[in-house]
Amino acid sequence: MLTKRIIPCLDVKNGKVVKGINFVGIKEVGDPVECAAMYQEQGADEIVFLDITATHEGRGTILDIVEKTAKKVFVPLTVGGGINTIEDVKNTLRAGADKVSINSAAVKNPDFIKQAADQFGTQCVVVAIDVKRVDGHFHVVVHGGRIDTGLNAIEWAKQAVALGAGEILLTSMDTDGTKNGFDHELLNAVCQQVQVPVIASGGCGTLEHFSQVFEQTPADAALAASLFHYRELTVGQVKQHLNQHQISVRLSR
Amino acid sequence: MIAIIDYGAGNLFSVKNALEYIQLPYLITNQAEDLQQADALILPGVGAFPYAMKMLNQTGLVDVILEQVKNKPLLGICLGMQMLFEESHEFECCRGLGLISGTVDGIQTSYKIPHMGWNQLHLSQPENPLLHGISEQDCVYFVHSYMAYTDNNNVAACCDYGITIPALVNRGNVYGAQFHPEKSGEVGLQILRNFGGLIK
Repeated sequence: MLTKRIIPCLDVKNGKVVKGINFVGIKEVGDPVECAAMYQEQGADEIVFLDITATHEGRGTILDIVEKTAKKVFVPLTVGGGINTIEDVKNTLRAGADKVSINSAAVKNPDFIKQAADQFGTQCVVVAIDVKRVDGHFHVVVHGGRIDTGLNAIEWAKQAVALGAGEILLTSMDTDGTKNGFDHELLNAVCQQVQVPVIASGGCGTLEHFSQVFEQTPADAALAASLFHYRELTVGQVKQHLNQHQISVRLSR
Repeated sequence: MIAIIDYGAGNLFSVKNALEYIQLPYLITNQAEDLQQADALILPGVGAFPYAMKMLNQTGLVDVILEQVKNKPLLGICLGMQMLFEESHEFECCRGLGLISGTVDGIQTSYKIPHMGWNQLHLSQPENPLLHGISEQDCVYFVHSYMAYTDNNNVAACCDYGITIPALVNRGNVYGAQFHPEKSGEVGLQILRNFGGLIK
């Protein structure tokens, strides 16, 4: 049976792992390679590096981090943040990433999804969608939530999949950083419309939030950053909890 | 030394990283003499079957591989595993290496395609040398939309995805993993160590 995935996300700025609250007030918390190895040890099913400031300040040391991580971490690695060109995709995959996560560049140029999928396969193209409610509608926002594109998030998810997105990383900016739980309404709305795996992101604060998201939505994976960074919970604790709730997970050994 | 066959359609780097980590000597190569001198071969593969077979045919290594597997182990990974079979129906009918009887076709399931993520292994041949130290329900990482349709005798381990998918196949010296052992944590590394252990 296919298991639900637990994915720690490392927000990286200038080669250091940081985590913000609603993407402001960023604090540094450590070395990304070490953090990734620690998460693998805890049983992480996949690891995401998000170069969070890359869209503003350019690509930094992320490729070097990926290369070092890929030598000691043997679970899939996804890299996002500042993936703007086919060249970026190629360099990131060559450095050892298994998937790239495309966000604002895809919004700017949807055909980029198709180009990346045609050249490297849909399995390595994750489209990250940051969503915020605006007058009761789900809008796509970009640049860390600073810009409302006015795009309907559900329609955008469908279009992204049609163009070749192999997976959707769905972040609710309304729940992100709140620790009140994942955005079930948003997840259900998107999962009903797309046939590719959807990763839930934004809002988890307790063990129950993980079991709830898998019991109440068809999400395939759950992603968290600060919760794991600040060691409020370990990946292992989350998986034990899910296992107790009869949710199929990979228990590490 | 294990020769990782470089034919332009494989994710060589993650396989290389894994072998380095478990300290198995390797060489990434597209030279016939390297394959002849190697103790074992790994055929990686990502992408579409017809393109990968075309690339492999262009290297001129097919006959060398067919000859070498008579006396040394070969491990095909993901698409490399599918290429071990007689033919594939991905996009068009295309001949494979024919080292294991069977065909490759789309996964017939009501679940999402691709089959992506960590799935539990069911060991149909627990005594298979590649499964040494591996337990029932250990998870490995899959990403694929096509699968092998082959005789149960060739299947050492399978997984359930609304249909029974061959996960690890074996016929004589020829082994194939539909999953990515190089991305399957400690379980995957153990399977690669076991493969290294086949070297005489």
